[in-house]
Amino acid sequence: MLKYIIRRVLQTIPVLIGVSILVFSLMHLIPGNPAQIIAGEGASEQTVRQIEERLGLNDPIHIQYFNYMSGVLQGDLGNSVRSGRAVSDEIGARFWVTVELSFYATILAVFIGLMAGIISAVRRYTVADTAIMVIALFGLSMPNFWLGLVLIDWFAVGAGWLPEWAKLRPSGWGDSWRQVILPVITLGTGGAAIIARMTRSSMLEVINQDYIRTARAKGLTDRIVTYRHALKNALIPVVTVVGLEFGGFLGGAVLTETIFAINGMGRLTVQAITQRDFPIVQGAVLVLSVLFVFVNLIVDISYKLLNKRIDLN
Amino acid sequence: MEETILDVRGLRTSFFTDEGEVKAVDGVSFSVPKGKTIGIVGESGSGKSITSLSILRLLAENGKVVDGEVLFKGENILDYSEKQMRGLRGNKISMIFQEPMTSLNPVFTVGQQISESLTTHQGMNKKQAMAKSVDLLKLVGIPSPEKRVTQYPYELSGGMRQRVMIAMALACNPEILVADEPTTALDVTIQAQILGLIKDLQNRLGMSVIFITHDLGVVAETCDYVAVMYAGQVVEYSDVRTLFRRPRHPYTIGLLKSLPRPDADQEKLVPIHGMVPSPFKMPTGCRFAPRCPAATDLCREKLPDLFDDGEGNQVRCWIYDEEWPGPKEVDVFGEERIAKG
Repeated sequence: MLKYIIRRVLQTIPVLIGVSILVFSLMHLIPGNPAQIIAGEGASEQTVRQIEERLGLNDPIHIQYFNYMSGVLQGDLGNSVRSGRAVSDEIGARFWVTVELSFYATILAVFIGLMAGIISAVRRYTVADTAIMVIALFGLSMPNFWLGLVLIDWFAVGAGWLPEWAKLRPSGWGDSWRQVILPVITLGTGGAAIIARMTRSSMLEVINQDYIRTARAKGLTDRIVTYRHALKNALIPVVTVVGLEFGGFLGGAVLTETIFAINGMGRLTVQAITQRDFPIVQGAVLVLSVLFVFVNLIVDISYKLLNKRIDLN
Repeated sequence: MEETILDVRGLRTSFFTDEGEVKAVDGVSFSVPKGKTIGIVGESGSGKSITSLSILRLLAENGKVVDGEVLFKGENILDYSEKQMRGLRGNKISMIFQEPMTSLNPVFTVGQQISESLTTHQGMNKKQAMAKSVDLLKLVGIPSPEKRVTQYPYELSGGMRQRVMIAMALACNPEILVADEPTTALDVTIQAQILGLIKDLQNRLGMSVIFITHDLGVVAETCDYVAVMYAGQVVEYSDVRTLFRRPRHPYTIGLLKSLPRPDADQEKLVPIHGMVPSPFKMPTGCRFAPRCPAATDLCREKLPDLFDDGEGNQVRCWIYDEEWPGPKEVDVFGEERIAKG
């Protein structure tokens, strides 16, 4: 097991290098000169040249990449071209906000998704099953920016029960859980729907397996057969989906944070894009990618713990 | 007369599908004497597995026992509640299956899976059950059981897994073991080991065995009585010696003729022509009539009952009834049978 974990961790290294190359080149393939942007519209040719020189924009691209990466490895992601503050500080202030938002959304998605999926599978072809699957289809089809706006309209503006924005401090979600509810629902609904459908189909597949018949032949109750013998097997593919969903939430947070005016990584990225603040965009995408790779590493390890048959060594 | 532990009478099981009712088992009767082995033989789709699943009421959701009785020690267990049935399953009546590779749950250890029967039925705690599991693995001839008990099914070979299945089935000392083609998926040498093991354990523990198989060789080796099934019905029931020496139903005769036998003077194997009828389009008369070389109009029109010869042997064929319209001496797949009529 330990050998597997070490191997799996080592495997992420080439992935991370690939990700960094991709992110770095993408930023440099985008048209527009950052030096020009920093200098402003009316700046002289010479000022632009000076800035280019300072940022090292005239070096060959692989040198630029090398310089950037040696900074990254020392925790230096460069400076914002707008505020001049260190990118790592800008991101650091907002990183946990997004992680927390995605984490809560994942918990919501897993909780609702698993419950709905199990009920659907156990009561297959009944009214309850059909109702759950129709709702799940709705959840899946709704774009979350739209869902967010509808929720704000109903519960914040209309009923006035919950705030329409989430005032977040760098320290986290702070005092008011009420602020969390709408953004988390907005972000987590789609994931809940996917997990519900996945759990249902996985359960139905497992229920027809020979070992379920064996379990019943032992005289076990339906409850034990369903929740002990079937569920543990059915969860194996669901775990993968949960990991991917968490990654998806990190990306999905861009919209949700914008709608609810949450000061997280998503909103930071959107602002940086509109301001062409490329070091921030680059840093944010890199951090999110690394996080995504890391989450999938955890998924793979838990996968191995759940499924004893997987033997990658 | 031997004590009968299980008596199946007029069992009918149907599956209700979108295309209509499928009568998978349609009139199956046999009895299981205490401590003896009864074989249920038939080709794929003859309803032998469904018969065994019907006894334990482990059918798929769309399957239902529509008629008949299953008397376990004189009580009709078809009337039992689900809770009462659970008390029987794995406790009084156990079952092992054809596919040892897929019949064990991949995410639990061997020990956990055997222990479950013990904690469920015998009220043992986990520690006691685990200790008993080791004993059971020893009983079914698994080397170093203390190590095996903590292993997962994927770490075991097919033969080992079937031994684990048997250990699991025998955990609570059942009175009946239903073995549904337990050796079909195994290598021939392993088959012989498993058959020997079942036989040996039966002698030691005194249980009855219902042995479901398509292999007449296995029947000859293990069974005391045999029920031959064809298209959802029992067509012949007799003790194993009678069945092999003097089979009476044309289907049984055909089956034995199509089997290579070192002891008989066979010039060549005789195949049974044609196919098993589709469950959606069963013949109105005798179900074997379309393939039977001796079939008459009566056979094609009217389904025969199981006729008893007064010695406990039964056959579902018009030849052995007064109404038989054909010749007195009937040629069935090259063998001569004297008609009753």
